[in-house]
Amino acid sequence: MSVLQQSDSISRDLTERTDQGGLLDFEDIQHFLMSRPLARAARYEFLTFRSATDGRAWLMGLIDKVGTVKAVGSNLVDSRWVTVGFTWNGLRALGVAETSLATFPEEFRQGMAARAEVLGTTGANHPNHWVGGLASPNLHAIAVLFARDVAERERCRQEHERYLVQCEGVELLSSLDLEAIPPFEYAHEHFGYRDRLSQPVIEGTGVDPTPGSGPPIKPGEFFLGYPDEEGPAAGMPQPEILSRDGSYVAYLRMEEHVGAFRDFLREHGETPEQQELIAAKLMGRWRSGAPLVLAPDKDDPNLGADSQLNNDFSYATVDPHGYACPLGAHIRRMNPRDTAVNMNRRKMIRRGGTYGPPLPEGAPDDGIERGIAAFVGCASLVRQFEFAMNVWANDPHFHELGNERDPIFGTQDGTFDMTIPKRPIRKKIRGLPAFTTIRGGAYFFLPGIRALRYLASVSDAH
Amino acid sequence: MATSVMPKGNSLKAQIVETPSKADWTKPQAMAIPKEGYFKPEQGRYGPIFPRTPACYGFSVVAKVKPGREQAIRDYGNSIEEAVKVDPTVLAPLKLHYLRWILFDVGSGMHFMYQGIFDTDFDKYLEDAVALFLKTGITTVFVNLEGWPEDWKTNVTAVIKFFRDHQCPSFLEYGEYPYVTADEVKKALKLKAAFADMLDLMQ
Repeated sequence: MSVLQQSDSISRDLTERTDQGGLLDFEDIQHFLMSRPLARAARYEFLTFRSATDGRAWLMGLIDKVGTVKAVGSNLVDSRWVTVGFTWNGLRALGVAETSLATFPEEFRQGMAARAEVLGTTGANHPNHWVGGLASPNLHAIAVLFARDVAERERCRQEHERYLVQCEGVELLSSLDLEAIPPFEYAHEHFGYRDRLSQPVIEGTGVDPTPGSGPPIKPGEFFLGYPDEEGPAAGMPQPEILSRDGSYVAYLRMEEHVGAFRDFLREHGETPEQQELIAAKLMGRWRSGAPLVLAPDKDDPNLGADSQLNNDFSYATVDPHGYACPLGAHIRRMNPRDTAVNMNRRKMIRRGGTYGPPLPEGAPDDGIERGIAAFVGCASLVRQFEFAMNVWANDPHFHELGNERDPIFGTQDGTFDMTIPKRPIRKKIRGLPAFTTIRGGAYFFLPGIRALRYLASVSDAH
Repeated sequence: MATSVMPKGNSLKAQIVETPSKADWTKPQAMAIPKEGYFKPEQGRYGPIFPRTPACYGFSVVAKVKPGREQAIRDYGNSIEEAVKVDPTVLAPLKLHYLRWILFDVGSGMHFMYQGIFDTDFDKYLEDAVALFLKTGITTVFVNLEGWPEDWKTNVTAVIKFFRDHQCPSFLEYGEYPYVTADEVKKALKLKAAFADMLDLMQ
C-alpha cells in the first residue's frame, strides 16, 4: 500500500505532449496505472454477469465512480479510488460482438489460466489449485477499490454490497481484502523487503524518472492508441472506441510462506548479518532496499531509503559475474538492465499490495494465508508480462544458469538451485524451497472511460 | 553446499549404457527429431517450442522469392558483411554460432533459405531478433519474399508468424561438442590464451 507518494502527482496540464504529438487523455485513462493515491487499504471484488443487460446496468451505475488520471491527480477524490476491468469472457458476457472479440490478442482471449504452461505456473502454482473462481471461465470482471484506510474500505464495501443486491444478474464470485502492514513509513511486503523502488515513468506525464530507472517510456507501451517504443499505435482491438486509452493487467495473488522463508534464512545464516545477506542474495537488494551492486557486503539502510540513489546501478561493467548481485537474483531477473536488449519494450507498471495479517518476528507460521495481490500493467501481455514470466522468472536457462528459477517469484518445487558467485568458490544452494505459491491470477482489460460508456450501452443485437 | 558425487565401481559400468547427458561435451552426439520439430508439444508464447539439440538451437526458414528479386537478396550478403566489419558485435543479441543464407531453384522457382544456429530459444527471443533486424535493416531482405506481411514495421506478431510458418524443422542434428554455447567456446579459448601467457611469464 502506498503511504507517502505525493511526489507521483501527475501534471494536470492537459497540453503535455508526447514526442510524436500525441496528447495523453487524462480524462479518459483510468487512474490505476498512472497514479498512486494515498491508500492503506484495498479490496478486489471478482464478479460474474449472469445476464448481459444486468452486467451493463451494473457498469452504468459505477462509471462515475471510476477514477480517471485527472480526477485522482487533482485530488477531487481523496478517500477512495475505483478501477474496473474485464476478462475477455467478461467482454463477451456484456454483449460485445464476436467480430470485435476476435480482434483482441490471442493470449488475452485464452486467459491466464490457459497460459499456465507458457508462464510456468505449474505444479503447486497450477490453475487447478487456484482459489476464488479465478480460473473459471465465469470470471468476468474485477472491481478494484483503493481506500484511504480500513474504515473507508468497509464503508465502500457495504455500499457496493447494497448496490449488488439491486443488480440481480451480477454476482460476487470472490473477494480479497488488502491492508498495508507495519511499519507504515515505506511500502514493503511480508518477507520484509522494501518495495516499489524501480518503476518506469511514462513520457508526457511530467514525472522525472529516478536515476537508474531509464528514460521515460512511450505511453503506447502501457496504453492503447498511443505511439510506443517501436512507432505509432497499430493493431488496436476494434472498435477503436473500446480499446483507446485502455490497458491490460495481469493479476496475481501470491501467497508468501513467511515461516518457511525465515526458517531458510536461519538455516543458511548463523548470525542475523549472515541471514540478511542470504535474504539479499535471493532478492538482489537488502531488505532495506539497498541494491547489492552498490552495497555488496554490508547493508546500507540510508541508501535503501534514498530514491535518488537506490536504483542508480547497472550490471554489465560493474558486476558482470554476479559477485555482488547473483545472476539469478529476483531483481536481476525482473530487470536485467544493461545485460539485455530491447529493454524499453519490456517495461511493466506494478500495482497492488499486501493481504493477510503480518506474522510477528519469531512466531511460528500460523497457517493463515498472507501475501501480495498485484497487477502488472502493459499494452501487450505476450510481449511484456508473459516474456518476463517465461524468459526471466521461470526459464531454468536464464543467464545459462542451468537449473534455476527466480528464487522468490518463480515456480519452485524443491528441485531447483540458486548459485551465489563468490571468490574463490561459488556457493550453490540446492533444492530451494518454494517461498511463494500463486493462488490465482487472471488477465483483465482496463478500458478508458469512453470505452466503459460504450460497453454499458452495447446492444443485444447479437 | 554443492558436492558432485563421482560414480564408483559398478555404477560406472551402469553409466556407460545410459543416455549421454547434456553436460557431456566430450562425446559428439546426434539427435533424430520428429517431423513436427519437437518430441512433445510444449507451449511457448507464440507457438510450440523447438527443443535444444546437440547443435543447440536454430531455424531454417525457407520462402519463395518474389519475381525479379534474386539480386536484391544477394546484395544483402555484402551489406551484412560490411555491417559486421563496422561493428563486430552487431549480431550479438542473436547469440549466433553460424548463419547460412542460400538462394536455390530446384525446379519450383527461386527460393531463399535463412539458416541460423544459435543459443537463443526461437520462441523466447524472436521479438528481440525482429527488433534487431529492424534496427540494422536486415528485415528489408525479407520484403523480397512471398508471404512477408506488409505491415511488418508495426506488426511484430505477423512477422513472428511468418518465421514460424516458413520454418522447416530439422529431423537430424549433430554436434561435435554437443550443447556447448558460443559463449562457452569463447570462454574456453580465452582461458587457453590466458594460460599460454601465464606459462610465458613463468619462463
